[in-house]
Parts: sequence; C-alpha cells; structure tokens
Amino acid sequence: MLEGLMLGLTAAVTPFNLMMVVAGCVIGTLIGMLPGLGPMSIIAIMIPVAIGMGDPTAALILLSGVYYGAIFGGSTSSILLNAPGVAGTVASAFDGYPMARKGQAGKALTIAAIASFAGGTIGAILLMIFAPALSSVALLFHSAEYFALMVVGLSAIAAFAGTGQVAKALMMTLLGLILGTFGEGALSNTPRFTFGMMELQAGFSFITLAMAMFALPEALFLVMNPSRATQGDSGKIDNMRITRAEARSIAPVIGRQSLQGFFIGVLPGAGATIASFLGYAVERNLATKEEQAEFGHGSIKGLAAPETANNAACTGSFVPLLTLGIPGSGTTAILLGALLALNVTPGPRLMIDEPDVFWAVIISMYIGNLVLLILNLPLIPYIAKILTIPRTYLIPFILFFTLMGSYLGQNNATELLILVGFGVVATILRFADYPLAPLLIGFILGTMLENNFARAMQLYRGFDFIWERPMTLGLLVLAAALVFLPSYRSFRARKRAEGVADGD
Amino acid sequence: MALDRWIALAFIAFCCVYGYAAFFTMDQSLPPILRRNPIWPSTFPKILAVLGIIVGLVVLFTPTLPKDGAKPKDGAIDLTRLGDYHVGQALTLLALMVVYALTLRPLGFLGSTVGFLVIGALILGERKLHVLIPVAIIAAGSIWYLVQEVLGIFLRPLPGVWS
Repeated sequence: MLEGLMLGLTAAVTPFNLMMVVAGCVIGTLIGMLPGLGPMSIIAIMIPVAIGMGDPTAALILLSGVYYGAIFGGSTSSILLNAPGVAGTVASAFDGYPMARKGQAGKALTIAAIASFAGGTIGAILLMIFAPALSSVALLFHSAEYFALMVVGLSAIAAFAGTGQVAKALMMTLLGLILGTFGEGALSNTPRFTFGMMELQAGFSFITLAMAMFALPEALFLVMNPSRATQGDSGKIDNMRITRAEARSIAPVIGRQSLQGFFIGVLPGAGATIASFLGYAVERNLATKEEQAEFGHGSIKGLAAPETANNAACTGSFVPLLTLGIPGSGTTAILLGALLALNVTPGPRLMIDEPDVFWAVIISMYIGNLVLLILNLPLIPYIAKILTIPRTYLIPFILFFTLMGSYLGQNNATELLILVGFGVVATILRFADYPLAPLLIGFILGTMLENNFARAMQLYRGFDFIWERPMTLGLLVLAAALVFLPSYRSFRARKRAEGVADGD
Repeated sequence: MALDRWIALAFIAFCCVYGYAAFFTMDQSLPPILRRNPIWPSTFPKILAVLGIIVGLVVLFTPTLPKDGAKPKDGAIDLTRLGDYHVGQALTLLALMVVYALTLRPLGFLGSTVGFLVIGALILGERKLHVLIPVAIIAAGSIWYLVQEVLGIFLRPLPGVWS
C-alpha cells in the first residue's frame, strides 16, 4: 500500500496538478452555491475541459476538486438561504439554517467546512484500506435489500418528527412517494398520472420540489413577518470560532459519521443522500435528551452529522466505481463516462493495469479536501455576509434564485408555475405544522424504491423475496421498529397526560 | 376543526382520487404481455393509495396532545393573527413570480429578470431606484453571462424578435 501511495504522490503532486485542484475547488464552490446546479451538472459541464487535457490523472484531479467544491458550495446555500440545491445537502439545512438565523452563520459554515474535510479525509483513508475487500460486500446487496434499505431510510423520518408528529411525518412521506410516481412507471416506462401533458412525462423535478418545500415558504415567511429577519442578529458574523467544548462534542459525531457515511456510500445507489439523512437520524437518537430538543433548532451536532456523512459517502461511492466499474451515483456515473473517454477502464483490473491512476485518485481526494479547507476558511466571513444584505434586496434575489434553479434544470417555463403551485401548498402545510423534509425525502427515494421493489418482485414472481432473503426481512423489521417505537412512546405520553400511570 | 385536520381530510380525498385512478383507470391501456408481470405500473400507486388513506385517517382522528406551556417558536406565524402580517405583499410576490414565468420566454431573460428584481424590491418597500436598477441590471447581466457564456446553457437574453 505504501508503495502505491508513493506512486500516487509522484503522479499527483506536480505544480500543474496542484493548480488544477485549486481551480477545481474554486469553480466548484462558486457554481455549487447557485441552487439548481449540483455536483452532477457542474462535473458534466467540466468534462469537455477535463478530457481536453488528455492526461487522466490531471483530469481526475480537476474533477475531484470540482466535486468537493460543489458539495461544499451546496452546503453554503443550504445553510445561509435554506435553499438546498442538491439532495445530499437537504439534511444540512435542518440545523444549519436555524444556526444562521441565530447569527451563527460563520460558525455554521466553519463546522460544515471542518466536518466535510474530516468526512472526506477519513473516507479517503478508508477507501485506501477497504476498496479491494468492499467490492465483494457491495455485490451482496440485491434489489430486495436495496428496497428494504430505502424503507429503513424512509422510516428514519421518525427521527425528524417530534412526539406525536410521527403520523404527520408519515403522511408527508407518503405524499412525497405519491408525487414521485407521476411521470413514468417503473420497468415498463408507460406514462402515468400525466393527464396527457408532455411536461409531466418526466415527472416533477427534484430541484423544483426542493425549492418549493424549503426556499419559497421561507422567503414568504420572511415577507409576511419582517421581525423574523431581524431576530437573528446576522451582524455578528465574526463569531466563527468553535469553542473547545463544542469541538469535543462534535468530534465523536464526526468519527461515527465518517465510518457510517463511508459504508453507506459504498453501496451503489444508496449514496450521499441516504447517508446524510441516516446520519442525522442516528445522531439524534444517540444524543442526550437536552441535545435532542436542540435538533432542528440549530444543533451543532445536527449540522456536523449530515455534513460529515455526505462527504464520507461521496468518497465511499468511488469504491464500486474504481473496483467494479459500477457507478453508485449520478456523479460517479458521469465520472465513469469521463474515465472511459480518457481511455481508462475502471473495474477489477484497474489496480493492476493502471495503479498510478487508482492511487492518484485517492491522493487527489486528500489534496482536494485540504485545499478546500484552506481556501474556504478565510472566505467564510465574506460568504456569510450574504445575510447582511437588506431584505428588500435579499428576498427578490432568493425568489429569483429559486426560479432560476428550477428553470435551469429543465429549461421549461411550465416548471416555474409548478414551483409556485407547490410553494403555496408547502406554505399552507407549514402553517399547519406539517414537517416538509419527509415529503422531499419520500420524493427523492420514491423512484429508487419503486424500481428496486419492481425488480425484486419480478425476480421472485411476487412478494416471496421478503421471506427468502433474511437481510431484507431484517431491514424491514428494523424499519417497522423505527416507525412504531416513537408512536408507542407518544401513545404512552398521551395516556400519562390523561392521568393514567405507567404500568396500568 | 384545526387546519392540520382539514389538510388531513384533503389528503384523504386526494388519495381516494389517486387510488381510483390507480385501481380502475390505469390498467386499461396496459398491453397484454405486461399483464403477465407480477408488477404493473399501477401496483406501487395502489399500495401508496391504501397506506395514504390509513395514515390520513390516523392523523384525522388522533387526539392532539395538550400543549403544556405552549412554546412559541421564534418568528413563527400565528394563524389567529393572520391579518397582522404582510399577507398582501406575499401574495403580490407570488403573482409576480407567475408573471415572471409567463414572460421569461417572450420578453427574454434580461428584460424579465430586471423587471422581476426591480418590481419585487418595490413591492417590499425599496424606493432607492438609482441603486436598485443598476444592481438589478448588473445581477441579471452577470448571471446571464455565467449561465450562457461560461456554462453553455441556453437562455434567450432578449425578446424573440431581436435574437
């Protein structure tokens, strides 16, 4: 391994390559901040440039810089504007945005940067150690297990809902799943619920829904209640230092989530989104009672967990790509395309045939993470200044960016009308205290869930896969426990409130 | 009845319509060969419709917890005092977004965006037009440059007649 490391170092550390990392990180961060342009689209845009360079090592280094930069940029818009541009950063908004509103935007961004750095770096170390062995584990997961894994992911919503909110959260999840079925049906690709409209053929776009669920209601609330904007003293941005006690409390979170995120990322198809939601859920359940109350209201643990997990998972998703040639996520699929264009075939033989590329990728991950941290920490006060813009300017701009975000994805003006419609619905749902995150999670996982379900049903000619695959059954039981435990707890709380003592 | 129950009721109604479509209308156009599959395009929607109605009923009939020491969330909107908020401004902005969606193609990106930013700020009470208009023009211009010239995503800058 040391030999490989040296090989990677000599291939990756040249002045030209270092310049590529810096350029990639800067481009990625800047563009990633615009909602609607996630890592996938930015990498897709950069591919012609990367291929034009001709050298696979330099191209990969540039692209991985862009990748990490884009993820960090996405977190920035999530935290500052509550406008997550990528599914993987939705969970960062749960606690990052409340922190920003409390005037701790600088601190939130610092935590995000450090957590991302730690997650990415630990992920890269794990990738180095486990890549060869993990490729065989990833093959153990079949459609049935993926289906069950996603049901577990959806059940984790129980973690987002407070006491007595589980049913509402489930209702929103189901609404999300239902919205996900609009467009084309699984396997057969026949149009379904399109009402004969061409625009609905591809289903609703994720960005439109994300903007409508988070950014738009938030902007409308800011309009309706101007005191909301001034409550968070956004002037105090210089307060970006993390105290020793805070560092001590997030260190175990970062450690756990780096591992968990990485291993979830290894499973093809699971990826950063599930890793970040599960990471948030797990940390919330592990936290003490007082800390649990803080989740959703600006908990530093609640921010560090998804940030670490999604970066670790992004690194983990390179395992199936590099060792099996299977891209586990949209982004790695695009990277696979770029690699093939550069005459590198990822797969089991990559480590033997072209060890310098394999190790250069790993080294470029370290460098990408490090450069990102060095570049971004000094920039944070300036990025956080976005919040001090007067609201008469800020609100039209937020609305404009939500519109642009959903327009750029589809290049279709009907999408904007859908955005406004969903935005109104989301605002009403927020009035009634319905959690909106589960809706979006349901929508994101819905298509994957249905595809895997359909595949498992076809392979086993019915529901037999539940009994025939022990891992599937185990995961489904876990999901049921996740849903019913909080309901049971709230049932007990209600009984107690009615004056019925425990044990009666 | 509280707003959240009305929403639950609306959700149940929605699930009924959705379920009706899934159970009775969707399978008619299914080719015979696909009917031999254990899974049809309507299978998953059917499951969702049933689950949706069950969960909707649970929300509708679960007694609410007595709120002990009601904790007002900072900046939350109190529905009983809806009249005190700037609801008019919010609705006007929503209407402006619809207008933007409808004018984006005919007016071109630059015109409609500058219009949206300026009118949006005017609605919110900004009156310094000498600052506002240049800011809007610079923002719209630089975003157009970034998106079309740098990233290569087509955005028609001017009305269709001129470009």
